[in-house]
Amino acid sequence: MKRLVSLSAFAALLMTGTVQSPAQAQQVSVKIGVMSDMSSLYADIAGPGSTAAAKLAIADFAKANPNVKVELVSADHQNKADVGSGVVNKWYDTENVDLVIDVPNSGVALAVSQIAATKNKVFIVSGAAASDLTGSKCNANTVHWTYDTWMLANGTGKALVKTGGDTWFFLTADYAFGHALERDTAAAVEANGGKVLGKVRHPLNTNDFSSFLLQAQTSKAKVIGLANAGGDTINSIKAGAEFGIVKGGQKFAGLLVFASDVNALGLAIAQGLTLTETWYWDLNDTNRAWTKRWQTERAAAGKFPTMVQAGVYSGVTHYLKAVAALKSAADGKAVVAQMKKTPTDDPLFGKGTIRADGRKIHDAYLLEVKSPAESKHPGDFYKLKATIPAAEAFRPLKDGNCPLVSG
Amino acid sequence: MFEIFGIPSQALFSQLLIGLINGSFYALLSLGLAVIFGMLNIINFTHGAQYMLGAFAAFLLLQYTGIGYWPALIVAPVLVGLIGMAIERTMLQWLYKLDHLYGLLLTFGLALIIEGLARNYYGSAGLPYQMPEALVGGYDLGFMRLPIYRAWVIVASLTVCLATWFVIERTRLGAYLRAATENPALVRAFGINVPRMITFTYGFGVALAAFAGVMAAPIYNVSPQMGSSLIIVVFAVVVIGGMGSIMGAIVTGFGLGVIEGLTKVFFPEASNTVIFVIMAIVLLVRPAGLFGRRA
Repeated sequence: MKRLVSLSAFAALLMTGTVQSPAQAQQVSVKIGVMSDMSSLYADIAGPGSTAAAKLAIADFAKANPNVKVELVSADHQNKADVGSGVVNKWYDTENVDLVIDVPNSGVALAVSQIAATKNKVFIVSGAAASDLTGSKCNANTVHWTYDTWMLANGTGKALVKTGGDTWFFLTADYAFGHALERDTAAAVEANGGKVLGKVRHPLNTNDFSSFLLQAQTSKAKVIGLANAGGDTINSIKAGAEFGIVKGGQKFAGLLVFASDVNALGLAIAQGLTLTETWYWDLNDTNRAWTKRWQTERAAAGKFPTMVQAGVYSGVTHYLKAVAALKSAADGKAVVAQMKKTPTDDPLFGKGTIRADGRKIHDAYLLEVKSPAESKHPGDFYKLKATIPAAEAFRPLKDGNCPLVSG
Repeated sequence: MFEIFGIPSQALFSQLLIGLINGSFYALLSLGLAVIFGMLNIINFTHGAQYMLGAFAAFLLLQYTGIGYWPALIVAPVLVGLIGMAIERTMLQWLYKLDHLYGLLLTFGLALIIEGLARNYYGSAGLPYQMPEALVGGYDLGFMRLPIYRAWVIVASLTVCLATWFVIERTRLGAYLRAATENPALVRAFGINVPRMITFTYGFGVALAAFAGVMAAPIYNVSPQMGSSLIIVVFAVVVIGGMGSIMGAIVTGFGLGVIEGLTKVFFPEASNTVIFVIMAIVLLVRPAGLFGRRA
């Protein structure tokens, strides 16, 4: 009995001790997992560059908040939903990962979003595009950060119809992402008074697009919408240049084109292409300075960060702020609620908000690829045509059918 | 303008022509595979990576030495062929007596390593390659616009394919080669250096892949994974034509290009499965392939 009393006295002493010394502020530990395509077609868009962006965000945050201890891990999902789910289950269950971020490839992202909700952890999507992540498949543990199919469709589709491109023909990648992009773009085109004349669905990873382009050519549509990505988009545009599509008066709309794709095409072929992004490295001095740091961290002087990688930086930053405010990362729903409550503010995306459905809202930019003569330095890819204000850039909250909003 | 099966004849003719163009690539690549399999009995899974190396070599030659497209058509295949010969000397030559599976595993592993290295240094998005000035533009054929470059692809590919067939089937050198595959010991007894001949044959097969790679560089995306998506189709072409049959590889290459082209009009979604459907049917009816000799 005597021993018990002395023990509790000792414990009390310890407790008061911690309270009395503010220098020893409460330690919060967080573990972040970057899961991406590290070795295949999306590795330049996200991949190791996303891990580098997360490292920068953690370093910046640690300077101001020494009491938050952040650990970083990363993995390759190989664009397979089963591989991705396996990694994330292990991370959440046995390795105490609190946040999973990035995950390009909508198929994998939709699977991870489900897991995050069941295990009450946090998932921030930067790499994937499907607008369903904040639509019918939304949940209270998922935040969709950088862009989505609705925003791409609305940005590029609307802009082209307004400048006279009122008849469209689609080349669509024959899987969920392509169908979603085609559906959203066709809706945007028709809502603005345009007409869809036809479409052709091609298998993923098609080598030769000349057959499909001839079909597009005979349709006489003013705009050929490319509802595909990566190598498929590059091959379509390369073949288009050869078959005289642009010279014949038709125009390409790249519905999902990244800076790395423009680089692979070369400006001579890509010039004049209209596209929408939410972040461009050469837009202002802050972005350029960050790009320098990113290139050092990534050890790739000739590469330029994409909006997906910038989104990882921005997402990690806001997440860590929420964890620091709550002093715990344990309850995923609570962290996401805190993230939605506080406005976002970071050097790359500026001020913004996260809506009830998990959609992060910020400005989008309508860009046009420069001609070789206009391009002054490496990576000088785009001319800014218009800024689409945050309020108009993303799908209105009521149209998404997200259960978090309606019920 | 008349219609065939509900498709305007104009569209049909242009798709036939495009099919021939794609068939040129299939023919070039499957020819290399057929030569290597016929002479070395090795299923060369590195073929796709070697095709990619050809395109990369063209890019690097232009970037660092200023060597343009025309010289690259010769230089790049020679360089990649030399790499192939080094691979044959150091690794492949030990596998001829073993089961096919070992050669397949080795070449597949090599393909993964080569593609991984390319991705590590040049990223996965791809590299730009300009078309040579002389081949920019096109002819108006009435039913379609034929880019000059595509016409050049058909001509170059047909020439190379027929020349290869001629050398192997109709010349003394080809006769030695075929004899060496049948009975190496006997050919050696006549004073012919069989191992060296085999090394050169492998180098030649690899050079054909690299040649196709240089041809592809101006029109397709030059990326580390450009070969891996094509190689599976090309293997199907070789199986349909009959493993090891030179003429089989050429004819099936062009023929399947045309069939694939037509599928893109009638039912585009099936355009990358149609070749495998044909492969399954051919294997059921003629297991040795259309032009294959029964082993």
